[in-house]
Amino acid sequence: MAEVNIQRLEKHYGAFHAVRGIDLEIPDGEFTVLVGPSGCGKSTLLRTIAGLEEASGGSISINGKVVNDDRPRDRDVAMVFQDYALYPHMTVANNIGFGLKARKMPKAEIEKRVGEAAQMLGIVPLLERFPRQLSGGQRQRVAIGRAIVRNPSIFLFDEPLSNLDAQLRDEMRGEIKRLHQDIATTMIYVTHDQIEAMTLADRIVLMRDGLIEQQGAPLDLFERPATTFVAGFLGSPKMSFLPGRLGARDGQVGVAVGEHFMPLPQGRAPDTVKGEKSVLLGLRPEHISRAQGEAPTPGSVRYDALIDLVQPTGSRSYATFRLGREPVVAELQAHDVSRAGQKLALDINMNRASIFDAETGRAI
Amino acid sequence: MAARGSSFLSQRRLASIGRYLLLGFFLLFVLAPIYWMFNTSIKPSSDYLAIPPVWFPDEPTLVHYEAALFTYRGLQGIINSLIVSLSATALSALLGTLMAYSLARFNTGGQHLSFWVLSQRFLPPVGIVLPVFLIYRNLGIHDTHFGLIMAYTVFTLPVSVWMMFAYFRQMPKSMEEAALVDGWTRWQAFWRVAVPLAAPAIVAAAVFAFIACWTEFFFALVLTGRTAFTLPTVFRSFIGFQGAQYGEAAALAIVSLGPSIVLGVLAQKHLVRGLTLGAVRG
Repeated sequence: MAEVNIQRLEKHYGAFHAVRGIDLEIPDGEFTVLVGPSGCGKSTLLRTIAGLEEASGGSISINGKVVNDDRPRDRDVAMVFQDYALYPHMTVANNIGFGLKARKMPKAEIEKRVGEAAQMLGIVPLLERFPRQLSGGQRQRVAIGRAIVRNPSIFLFDEPLSNLDAQLRDEMRGEIKRLHQDIATTMIYVTHDQIEAMTLADRIVLMRDGLIEQQGAPLDLFERPATTFVAGFLGSPKMSFLPGRLGARDGQVGVAVGEHFMPLPQGRAPDTVKGEKSVLLGLRPEHISRAQGEAPTPGSVRYDALIDLVQPTGSRSYATFRLGREPVVAELQAHDVSRAGQKLALDINMNRASIFDAETGRAI
Repeated sequence: MAARGSSFLSQRRLASIGRYLLLGFFLLFVLAPIYWMFNTSIKPSSDYLAIPPVWFPDEPTLVHYEAALFTYRGLQGIINSLIVSLSATALSALLGTLMAYSLARFNTGGQHLSFWVLSQRFLPPVGIVLPVFLIYRNLGIHDTHFGLIMAYTVFTLPVSVWMMFAYFRQMPKSMEEAALVDGWTRWQAFWRVAVPLAAPAIVAAAVFAFIACWTEFFFALVLTGRTAFTLPTVFRSFIGFQGAQYGEAAALAIVSLGPSIVLGVLAQKHLVRGLTLGAVRG
C-alpha cells in the first residue's frame, strides 16, 4: 500500500531532456497508466520511480518519504520488464523466490510463498523448468509471479505485453486487471498501446516530449480531450480532424467546413463567438451513424456521403468519405454499408464533436 | 520422375562422399603430425631418420619419456608451467571480468579506455623485455613463480578484457536491474546474475589466456632461470652440440598436449558460445 508523489521531476541524458519537470500524484491502490508515443519519457519516468535511473532534479516520494537517494531495493517496489528479464540460469521456482532470498527469508517460507504465487498464476507445473523451456506467455506469468511474491507496496510494469502476440496480449491484459482487482495495490503501468491504457487504467497519464499532456479517467480523456494530440492518440480508428471556421450563421453557432455549415447544439457551442475563428472539428468514427427517419435526431447533422473506402471488421465496418476536402471515417453497422462508391445519408452527432483552436491545438 | 529422382539421389550420395573425403583428408592433415610425434617418442634413437620410415617401432620404448621428464627436468617444467599458467589465468579471468563489466556497464574511462586496454597488445614484447628483466632483478622476483605470474597476467588481460567486454555489452541490462529491484545490491547482482550469464565468455577468455601462458617462451626464457623455468624453455635443451634429441622432444611435446586437450574437452560447451560472442542475440 503506497501513494506516490512526484514533484518537478527532471531527467537529462547528456543533452537529451527526457523528463521535463513533471508533477504527478498517484493515490494508494490506483492503477495508473503512463501512455504516449515512444520517446515521450514514460519509461524513464517509471525507471526513475523504481530507482534504476537517478533523477536530475525534483523529488519522488513514496508514502511521504523522499526516496531520491534510496537504492531500488529500499523502495519496496516490484517491476515487470518488457523482455521479462528472467534469470536464465535459474529454475522458475528460483526465479520467483530470488527476491525473497535477497531479503533473507527462511527457506520454508520462500517455498510456501512461491507455491502460492504459482498457484495464483497457474504455473505450478512449470516450477522446475528453466525460462528457455517456456513460451512467451508463460515467461510473462513467471515475471509477474516474481513481482507478486514480494508483496511490494507498488507494482511497476514496463510495457509487459508488447512482446506477446495479439491473442495472448488480450488474455494477459485481463489477468493483470483481475490481479489489480484482487490485491488492490498501487500499480504504475507503461505502454504505448492506447487500448491497453483505456482498458486497464483507473487513470491515464498521457505524456508527450517529457511532459504530461493530459491526465484523468480514461473516459474523460477519450470524451473531453484537451488537445488534438490527446484526441488523436486515443481511439481507433482515430478521430478525424476537419479544418473549418467557427462562427455564427442565421443566429446559430456552428462550424463551416468547406461549404457545409454544421450547427452546434446548445451547450456544446462556446458561449460567446466574436467574428470567425479557425478551428479543427474533431469527429470520432462512432459518432457518425447511418441516417434513420426523415429528420436527423436533435444535435445531429445530416450529410449525404459518397463512400470511397469500406473496411469491414466483422461486427462493424469502417467507411471513409470526404467532408469538404478531408477524409472522415465512420463506424457503421456491418450491413449498413456494402461497397465503395455507395451513396449514403449519415447523421453526425455534433453533441460529441470536439473543437480545437487551429493554432494552439487546444480544445475550445 | 523416377529417373530424375534417382539422379537426384545419386547426386546427393556423390556430395556426401565428397564431404567425407574432404573431412578425412583434413583429419589426416591434423592428426598425422601428432601421430608422428607420438611414434617418434616411443622409437629407439636409431629409428628417427630411418629410410624407409618406421611407421611403428618393433620395440616401443619409454626411455625418452624418462629422460625428458627427469634428466632434462621436464617434469619440473610442467609443474612450474601449471602453477604459473593456472594462477595467471585465474587472475586474468577475475580481474578481466571486473574490468570488462565496469567498462561495459558504467562506461568507465569514457570512450577511449576500452580501446586503450586492447592497444596494449600492439606493443611488441621484445620492446619491454629488457627493462622488465632489470626491474625484476632489482625487486628480487627474477626466476620466481610470482614474477612470471605477474607478467603473464598483464599480458593476457587485454584480450580477456576485450572478449568479456564485448559479451557484457550485448547482454541485456534488465536482468541485473530485475535483481536490483528484487533486493540485491549492485555487487550481488554482478556475482549472482551477470557473472553466471557471462560464463561462456569468461571460459573462452580463460582458455585463451591459459593457452597463451602455457606456450609462452620468450619471457619465460628471460625472466626465469634454474628454479621457475617453464615447459617451453625445457625444449631448448634438446638441441645441443651432438644434434637434436628428437625422442625426448617428442615425448615432452606429447605430455604437454595433455592440459590443452583436457581444457578443450571441459570447455567445449562454453567455448563455442563464447567465441561467437555477440554474433547472435539471445
